[in-house]
Amino acid sequence: MAQDDTHQEHPLAIYFWIWGLLFVLSTFSYMVDIMGFESYARWGLILLFMFLKAGFIVAVFMHMMWERLALIYAIIGPPVVLLVLIGLMAIEGDYTVLTRLNYFGADTTEFAEHH
Amino acid sequence: MAHDVTATGPGFDPGVRGIATDWGGDKQTFHVPWGKAMMWIFLLSDTFIFSCFLTGYMNVRASTRVPWPNPSEVFALSFGGEPIPLILIAIMTFILISSSGTMAMAVNMGYRGDRAKTAALMLITAAFGAMFVGMQAFEWTKLIVDEGVRPWSNPMGAPQFGSVFFMITGFHGAHVSIGVIYLTTVAMKVLRGDYEKRGYEIVEITGLYWHFVDLVWVFIFAFFYLW
Repeated sequence: MAQDDTHQEHPLAIYFWIWGLLFVLSTFSYMVDIMGFESYARWGLILLFMFLKAGFIVAVFMHMMWERLALIYAIIGPPVVLLVLIGLMAIEGDYTVLTRLNYFGADTTEFAEHH
Repeated sequence: MAHDVTATGPGFDPGVRGIATDWGGDKQTFHVPWGKAMMWIFLLSDTFIFSCFLTGYMNVRASTRVPWPNPSEVFALSFGGEPIPLILIAIMTFILISSSGTMAMAVNMGYRGDRAKTAALMLITAAFGAMFVGMQAFEWTKLIVDEGVRPWSNPMGAPQFGSVFFMITGFHGAHVSIGVIYLTTVAMKVLRGDYEKRGYEIVEITGLYWHFVDLVWVFIFAFFYLW
């Protein structure tokens, strides 16, 4: 199926499995909020379920796992450089908030009681 | 002009036509229908747009001194009793996943040449999409009218919350709405038998767009609503 195919026809069973799995994973990510996980446990679990869901959607529903490597790398490769942007913006955001705290002090408006 | 410099070489075509010959080079890179390759490249560019939005959101959330509103409380909904956190967003998530499932079935039925089932499944997918947009309209109305959230301010905390919310969910909602129109159009053409000769790749291409909309929601749900 991997070579001259323009024809992505696969057994229905695999779609039903992935469909069910996406429901379960979504329930899990919703439970992260309901159960009140905090800090690193919360962020780690959110990312874990997010990447699993995203991976299954791209690989199976979008048929990426049955495509040739030329297409897979051309599409999956470029977004990886976004990690650089994310890293830079995280550093920049950190710097901005430190500068603001330095010059304006902590927030003293009516919103402060929320934390 | 002292002397003419003219391009020459093997396979040279003069004029504008040469651009196509040179770029084409008689070599096909992606062994999929051109429509599918172009859809993937479009989705790649869309990935960058949404990533820029989400990265921008990360940056403003990290750099504000004012506490960020707790989405778990902001998006809680009460059905007469205690407010249930994020319940509408959870339902919207399940609706979108269901629609992705029916879309995958539609692609499969398309390749089996079952016109009626393909069109029906695509229309069900579109109906799920319309439900999603309807719920989003409800959510926006609640936030704007009842809670007083604006793109420049809100009573719950950091003003950036409003701008980020309207921009990201608005852009995603626009994608869903366009997808509903796209799906309905293709479904009608499937039903009419337009693709009997040309083949049913179009259903798969439409499906790629629809699954992408679901994919983006996975990231919005994680980063905006749960984080």
